Amino acid sequence: MAETARPADNGLQSIPALLARNATSLGNRPAYREKEFGIWQSWSWSEAAEEIRALALGMLSLDLAPGDHVAVIGRNRPAHYWAMIAAQMCGAVPVPLYQDAVAEEMAYVLNHCGARFVICGDQEQVDKVLDVGDDARSVEQIIYTDKRGMRKYDHTRMNALADVQAEGRAASQRLSPELDRRIAGLDYDSTCVMLYTSGTTGKPKGVVLSNRNIIETAKNTSEFDGLTHRDEVLAYLPMAWVGDFIFSMGQATWSGFTVNCPESAATMMTDLREIGPTYFFAPPRVFEGQLTNVMIRMEDAGPVKRWLFRHYMAVANRVGPSLLDGKPVGLGGRLSYALGNLFIYGPLKNTLGYSRIRVGYTAGEAIGPEIFDFYRSLGINLKQLYGQTEASVFITQQPDGGVRSDTVGVPSPGVELKIAESGEVFYRGPGTFVEYYKNPESTASTKDAEGWVATGDAGFFDEGTGQLRIIDRAKDVGKMADGSMFAPKYVENKLKFYPNILEAVVLGNGRDYCTAMINIDLSAVGNWAERNNIAYASYQELAGHPQVYATIKSHVEEVNRSVAEDPMLSGCQIHRFLVLHKELDADDGELTRTRKVRRAVIAEKFADLVNALYDGSASVYTETEVTYEDGRKGAIKATLQIEDAAVVPGALQKVAAE
Amino acid sequence: MLDAAENQTTADGRQIGPVVMDLKNITLRFGGVEAIKNISFDIREGEIRAIIGPNGAGKSSMLNVISGFYVPQEGEVWFKGYRRGPMRPYQVARLGIARTFQNIALFDGMSVLDNIMTGRLNKMKAGFLSQALWWGRAEAEEIANRAQVEKIIDFLEIQNIRKTPVGRLPYGLKKRVELARALAAEPQILLLDEPMAGMNVEEKEDMSRFILDVNDEFGTTTVLIEHDMGVVMDLSDRVVVMDYGRKIGDGTPDEVRNNQEVIDAYLGVAHD
Repeated sequence: MAETARPADNGLQSIPALLARNATSLGNRPAYREKEFGIWQSWSWSEAAEEIRALALGMLSLDLAPGDHVAVIGRNRPAHYWAMIAAQMCGAVPVPLYQDAVAEEMAYVLNHCGARFVICGDQEQVDKVLDVGDDARSVEQIIYTDKRGMRKYDHTRMNALADVQAEGRAASQRLSPELDRRIAGLDYDSTCVMLYTSGTTGKPKGVVLSNRNIIETAKNTSEFDGLTHRDEVLAYLPMAWVGDFIFSMGQATWSGFTVNCPESAATMMTDLREIGPTYFFAPPRVFEGQLTNVMIRMEDAGPVKRWLFRHYMAVANRVGPSLLDGKPVGLGGRLSYALGNLFIYGPLKNTLGYSRIRVGYTAGEAIGPEIFDFYRSLGINLKQLYGQTEASVFITQQPDGGVRSDTVGVPSPGVELKIAESGEVFYRGPGTFVEYYKNPESTASTKDAEGWVATGDAGFFDEGTGQLRIIDRAKDVGKMADGSMFAPKYVENKLKFYPNILEAVVLGNGRDYCTAMINIDLSAVGNWAERNNIAYASYQELAGHPQVYATIKSHVEEVNRSVAEDPMLSGCQIHRFLVLHKELDADDGELTRTRKVRRAVIAEKFADLVNALYDGSASVYTETEVTYEDGRKGAIKATLQIEDAAVVPGALQKVAAE
Repeated sequence: MLDAAENQTTADGRQIGPVVMDLKNITLRFGGVEAIKNISFDIREGEIRAIIGPNGAGKSSMLNVISGFYVPQEGEVWFKGYRRGPMRPYQVARLGIARTFQNIALFDGMSVLDNIMTGRLNKMKAGFLSQALWWGRAEAEEIANRAQVEKIIDFLEIQNIRKTPVGRLPYGLKKRVELARALAAEPQILLLDEPMAGMNVEEKEDMSRFILDVNDEFGTTTVLIEHDMGVVMDLSDRVVVMDYGRKIGDGTPDEVRNNQEVIDAYLGVAHD
């Protein structure tokens, strides 16, 4: 959009206002698409505006009051985005929740925000909300999107979303003046959305983001990457995550581009290929998973294809990144790359669904340099950003032409950064959150009077590029017994760059040496086992296989050599490790919903394993409680081997001597 | 006992209609072996009717009598008020009876979508030439049938395997595809032969939910054979119990559970 003036000056102070503008100026452009019944169904901006208004009127007729909270629980569907905008129109606050949350997590959040209305995607979510029952008395109305299986339910306080819309349309004459009054009442400081942080520690906190936060951020970042109404995104990340809100709601309504919703979570990869988004976000594990898949499938290919792939990937590695950054490349290189594009890169990108990507971002975790370079060398403009919920996502991001795998970029437009004595990164900017809902203490301890917010991450500015580099969570950075620095994440990331390793937990704070618990990646290791005729009956058996141990050991030792090169962190080499008998899982509380390791939980739950890692024993027997998908619990029993890994001694002594 | 034409509402609010199929004094012999001995029972519209019994009790034979595949030597089959004579399988299918099999009977080399489309065969009226040229009636028909199949794919949540060849699917999913194919025929009576055999707990839960949802959403009368007692007692409205070709019990799950003869048949009893 060409508006250069501040959005507020144009009266564009809310998402409903942006929607109205799009319905007028981009009326026939597609706003939302969803694959249903095997076909992409689409709604133009003017059609979407009509649907949303009908829903808002229907919610009004159900007596939704200004300031109410409306919880939205479901997968990415146009109807759920509409419900959020409709709630805003009524002066209410949308609160998207993680749909895979278990009932008790949901109970806490519903209670905390006192949601009166809950929008549920399907029967499963309705059941959860009803299960919560007395623990969330505030819930008065349930609106569900998918009618299936809902016929028998008591409908005194329950409606299908389509029926609410129908009622809204019928009541249009009566309720329109009230709705228009409420929309007109929205300004830059009214709450746009409330998002609960998953929180690596403690209970989730409700982050209140105003229209100012969302719209300014959307405007700044859309301009940063030149997003227009012709762009396409695939909305597949959890709606409760701030990123999805910014991409599929903030930037989508600001720039007027098309939000595409997959048919189901399981069809996401097919849908990605069909849509071919031009603007794409994925956490590193998606890119890792795809690369692992490509490599596995290339091993099954014929010798000619394998040779072509290897040859042209080498060419891509050499000249691809320079071409993408617009640096000079010789004619020979250009020609080889063009041929490679014809034979390999083009078809490969098409298979992955990345043919049309102009801007791609990854964030959330560190991405392995090889993985990052692989995608960039194919000509995919993959960049990194650094952000958090409290900042409306964007703190730093990489500009085109300034992309590196080990930094997270320059401050986003309008954002200021400073680094405290302790190494912790602070920021302030237009996206800085208003407050934590009903939690002034936490608000005060996170955001100071001048608006500076502590990220909780330790980092520094890279001298060469001026870009920010993040080392680790500030609170996770500790000291070993000999006083040298302990940065577990730094080492874990290096371990996780190996396709065989899905997750790693490094221990060592206050100890004499570091140890690690490692999760194998079932798809990569399973494929390897198949290739080598290694039979296994379960994850547990494969994880404990001696040859798997040997492979992991070689990875650990390579990481040790690489860690030893950094004098500050050479104390973090891994002396002993074990391969876990179960995958770390959010359902068991070991990971957050965004798949970040919860160290305290793991240290407590696997205390016997931690002891064994430090008391010198060669194996340990353990029983672990697991939670199945339907909420029932069971136990896994296993005897785990503990292996010693070689460390680079020179560096250790050097640090000790310092 | 209920009057044959009377309607009834179950505890969970579903409507059970009048008798749609009445089996009277059925006896089925294979040579000298009597697989079914003088059995009578009825099936009401909209209900989930289970047939249970130990191995070799004659359950599958009974299902084959209902589906018209076996013609009993004695007895009468009344369907929707008419006495049914010997029929060919396609004629039975046209009457609105569809089934799934104990051993999966899908076309392994065809995609899930194509397999389900075969369930629509009876609904296709276009001639050979029109089909071959994809012209006129064939085109419109195929689109309408595909739309119906897509609804079923959505209903059974198998969108992600739409284009996958059936041979590559795991067992639990194949069972679901078979159910989808049976549903594609828009049956009035759906016959399920051990829909949950060989499934794990999670797959069983999913399948149970689908059976209930099918019954709830489309009002399809369902007759099922199943060994898992927990599933049968939870799902069905009425249960027929068979043992050695005889009927030893018939009633609601509670009635059947307390029937001494049924308990004896299942737990075994000391014969003096």
